[in-house]
Amino acid sequence: MKLSQKVRLLASTAGIALSLSAGAASAESLTLYCSVGEEWCQAMVNGFTRATGVEVAMTRKSSGETYAQLKAEAGNPKGDVWWGGTGDPHLQAAEEGLTEEYNSPMLEKLQPWALSQANSSGHRTVGIYAGALGFVYNSEVMEDKNLPAPSCWADLIKPEYKGEVQIANPNSSGTAYTALASLVQLLGEDAAFDYQKQLHANVNQYTKSGSAPAKAAARGETGIGIVFMHDGVQQKVGGFPVEVVAPCEGTGYEIGSMSIIKGGPNPEAARKWYDWALTAEAQEIGASVNSFQVPSNASAKIPPEAPSLDKVKLIDYDFKKYGSSDTRKALLSRWDQEIGSLN
Amino acid sequence: MRRSQWFWLAAGWIGFAILPWYNLALLSAEAWPASGLFLAMTGEAPWLLPLVLPLALPLIFATRSTRELGLALVAAGIAGLAYALVQGFALGLHGWAWPFLEALLGETQATQIGFGTGAMVLLFSFLFLMTEGLAALGWMKGDRFTTGSIALVIGTILFFVFLPVSNILFGAAVPEGDSSAIASLFARLTDADIWSLNCLVENRRCGVFWNSLILAILTGVITTLLGLSFALVATRTNFPFKKPLRLLTVLPIITPPFVIGLAIILLFGRNGTVTLFVADLLDIRATRWVYGLPGILITQALAFTPIAFLVLIGVVQGIAPSMEEAAHTLRANRWHTFKRVTWPLLRPGLANAFLIGFIESLADFGNPLVLGGNYDVLSTKIFFAVVGSQNDPGRAAALAIVLLSLCVGAFYVQRRWLGSKSYTTLSGKGDAGRPSELPQGLRWICYATALPWATFTFILYAMIMFGGFVTNWGRDNSFTLKHYLGNFGIEWTEFGLLWSGRAWNSLFTTLEIAAISAPLTAGMGLLTAYLLVRQRFAGQSAFEFITMLSFAIPGTVIGVSYILAFNEPPIELTGTASILVLCFIFRNMPVSIRAGVAAMSQIDKSLDECALTLGASSAQTVRRVILPLLRPAIVAALVYSFVRAITSVSAVIFLVSARHDLATSYIVGRVENGEFGLAIAYSSALIFIMGAGIALIQFIVGERRISRRQTTDALSQEAPA
Repeated sequence: MKLSQKVRLLASTAGIALSLSAGAASAESLTLYCSVGEEWCQAMVNGFTRATGVEVAMTRKSSGETYAQLKAEAGNPKGDVWWGGTGDPHLQAAEEGLTEEYNSPMLEKLQPWALSQANSSGHRTVGIYAGALGFVYNSEVMEDKNLPAPSCWADLIKPEYKGEVQIANPNSSGTAYTALASLVQLLGEDAAFDYQKQLHANVNQYTKSGSAPAKAAARGETGIGIVFMHDGVQQKVGGFPVEVVAPCEGTGYEIGSMSIIKGGPNPEAARKWYDWALTAEAQEIGASVNSFQVPSNASAKIPPEAPSLDKVKLIDYDFKKYGSSDTRKALLSRWDQEIGSLN
Repeated sequence: MRRSQWFWLAAGWIGFAILPWYNLALLSAEAWPASGLFLAMTGEAPWLLPLVLPLALPLIFATRSTRELGLALVAAGIAGLAYALVQGFALGLHGWAWPFLEALLGETQATQIGFGTGAMVLLFSFLFLMTEGLAALGWMKGDRFTTGSIALVIGTILFFVFLPVSNILFGAAVPEGDSSAIASLFARLTDADIWSLNCLVENRRCGVFWNSLILAILTGVITTLLGLSFALVATRTNFPFKKPLRLLTVLPIITPPFVIGLAIILLFGRNGTVTLFVADLLDIRATRWVYGLPGILITQALAFTPIAFLVLIGVVQGIAPSMEEAAHTLRANRWHTFKRVTWPLLRPGLANAFLIGFIESLADFGNPLVLGGNYDVLSTKIFFAVVGSQNDPGRAAALAIVLLSLCVGAFYVQRRWLGSKSYTTLSGKGDAGRPSELPQGLRWICYATALPWATFTFILYAMIMFGGFVTNWGRDNSFTLKHYLGNFGIEWTEFGLLWSGRAWNSLFTTLEIAAISAPLTAGMGLLTAYLLVRQRFAGQSAFEFITMLSFAIPGTVIGVSYILAFNEPPIELTGTASILVLCFIFRNMPVSIRAGVAAMSQIDKSLDECALTLGASSAQTVRRVILPLLRPAIVAALVYSFVRAITSVSAVIFLVSARHDLATSYIVGRVENGEFGLAIAYSSALIFIMGAGIALIQFIVGERRISRRQTTDALSQEAPA
């Protein structure tokens, strides 16, 4: 009896009690899945560690990749927080219960659009930045070919821009899906597909990645790219001859989001990150590393280079409807039939 | 009992009674590394106790007849393997994994933790106890090495290729909406998006299947022919600059992701130097001609020709000159000799090189992504079905099945073409012939293809080297060192050397993982090739096909399937370096297999038989006879797996973690952020490191020495033995 007690004690103090939560006991750490640019991710990690002392292990992947990874890992989640990336996959993850509900005390400091993202997902995700959809054009190419600068959606379908417009394929890129959904909300569904058929004559390539048209425009491989305006600004700051335009009819936007992963190993630290990431200081980090999205904290300074949302005519984008998988499937399959299969 | 049987039994006991049963990385830091036996005795994991029985069984039968002992070993091995695996899978993270067990045994609080060293050692010793038993019962002529190798290769391939891949492919049959599983599978597999032939009749696109097929055939043919002309120039001509040419041939095997694509855009894009020059010359408008099939073909031919060359050069060198000499003696002219003797003997090399090019092209994802334009292929479609805004794993699985069937098709065509002829040219008989010179016309064709291509390669790589030293490549060409300093800065601080550059961390991890996985990949691959060519066993063709599975499936799918399969106990590997190593081994192994098969079908079986008759074991025969003759294949296998472990992108996207980040994911991150300078500087450094690695591999493995007559005009590269 005594011996077996001893053995038990030995075993349990040794920590072989077969529970997985054991890992959390040591020094506070956090596993972050980050879906914005490498530089920004790294700056955020450093800022957080400086502010809280929590050590962060960060992996950077695009939002689609992270979403696929969360789904694959669902049985035994390895990450704590998913920070950044366009809002739709965050909403999908919320819909599928992959992420955890959390009511941060910081919510009251946020812009209304960030809050509506939280409300429409049952507080499983929240907006951290916003970026409006627009055009980026290469001024040298426009000058060479004697083309006027485009300023409205309607301009893009003019015949003089034949072969000069580039946009991503909505099947692969969240950016292009946002454009598709914005056009549908702006013009009505049938008119939007009509518009895209006319646009098709001018499109030289449907790229795979959403920001690729901005890079192609920067190098003159295309005249005009339809992208998020902050991606265009980044090329401009990088020294390329590009200008960024907000469409005159109005435009849609994305809400970059953040979610806590359900069943992650360090829930405490995850909430710490969540609260910190919504502070004004944390949100001002983006501009310091050339990322010019608009922060969601109302008191965070908006970088001067950022395409201020006040000056852009924004539509009342219905994130809940157009983020849902049914609407998405319907729109994408219609796009495939009517636009994607054209030569 | 034999010594080897004692060895595996002892290993089993050590694994069970001494080594830690669970994976320590998954336990808390202060956890005590308890062995399986200890956990079983203390009641922490009483379900492990029955494992004592199969370990004790061989001891009981130790002194019986060979046959009885053999039966006991087989029984112990199978029972042990089965029980250890079943207990691992039956108990999940949250109680029983299978509902019927809960009904049978009631609820449980116990949870499973990932297998550690002890469990792994025990599993392997059960496996080899089983094969020892089988050998004792007379399987494979009682050869322990062969039975052991077959079991090892089949076991690991089933576990690390077949299991994860088939698991994810079943996704194609997941019911969609109200339709049944069969209907959904059928609908996904027959999607017009894949098969449509609309481009022939109206102004619409054709299905992605046709795009992939055309691209793969073209790439396969082009890389094989280019590889062949390089191989012929290197071995059958007196071209004066063979060494630099060889370097330029192998160089493009090192293609850091995206950087080659960018260089091609800077040359051939709408704003590219060459395009603008030609447009100016002909007075036409510069177009985006390179985006689409031409662009993908250029980059794929560039990237996959080296491997075709490496496979082919071994075969070309291996062709016995005496046969060609015999043809000459019989008054055949050079051209006739080449057509009727040399070319037919090249078939295994050509077929294997084509197969590699074909499948590589199908699975390639980076080049179509950058230069594909509107030319969709299966691999990019699959990638975006997994991670794109559609997020449709079922569709991805269906597309992957289509891609796999293409590979099966190519595989069978290749087998039919080779037929059951003999390609043996390396025999034990002294073969002191002299390789015949190429026919005049053919030599000029080889020069005309190989030399411009080598020049093109040289220009591309020179451009990349240059790109790392300028502020903004293609835009602002002022000299700077900031990209290199940003990546590879080193500071001397009061605490010693500080690796302050941002790339050091991923560089060290990458090199470590590549250095570990390359020899394992080559070893496993050549072993498999040996089994395929030299041994006959039931289910061999099915087995040969399974070995190609992981190669043919796009990396993204492999990555996701590895997370799905190895994220939960008992095999919990996500976030570790082992998952990266395993992924590289099983993904890159097929090239080693192909190179090995091509080379080994040239070696006369009588050499093995001779060694066996003289009393050598199979293991000795492999080591002393076959391996030295396989040197070119070993080089090809090692080089390929080393380089691929460094440059592969799509498979590792899902497998890297904060602690084990790889160079490619760093480069992709930089490219996405528009920081081409950093990406290019890093890539240039990788090119040098990989070049040094290749040189080292060449040096260690050495050249194959076949006794051939010394030729006065130094036609043959090979030194006399």
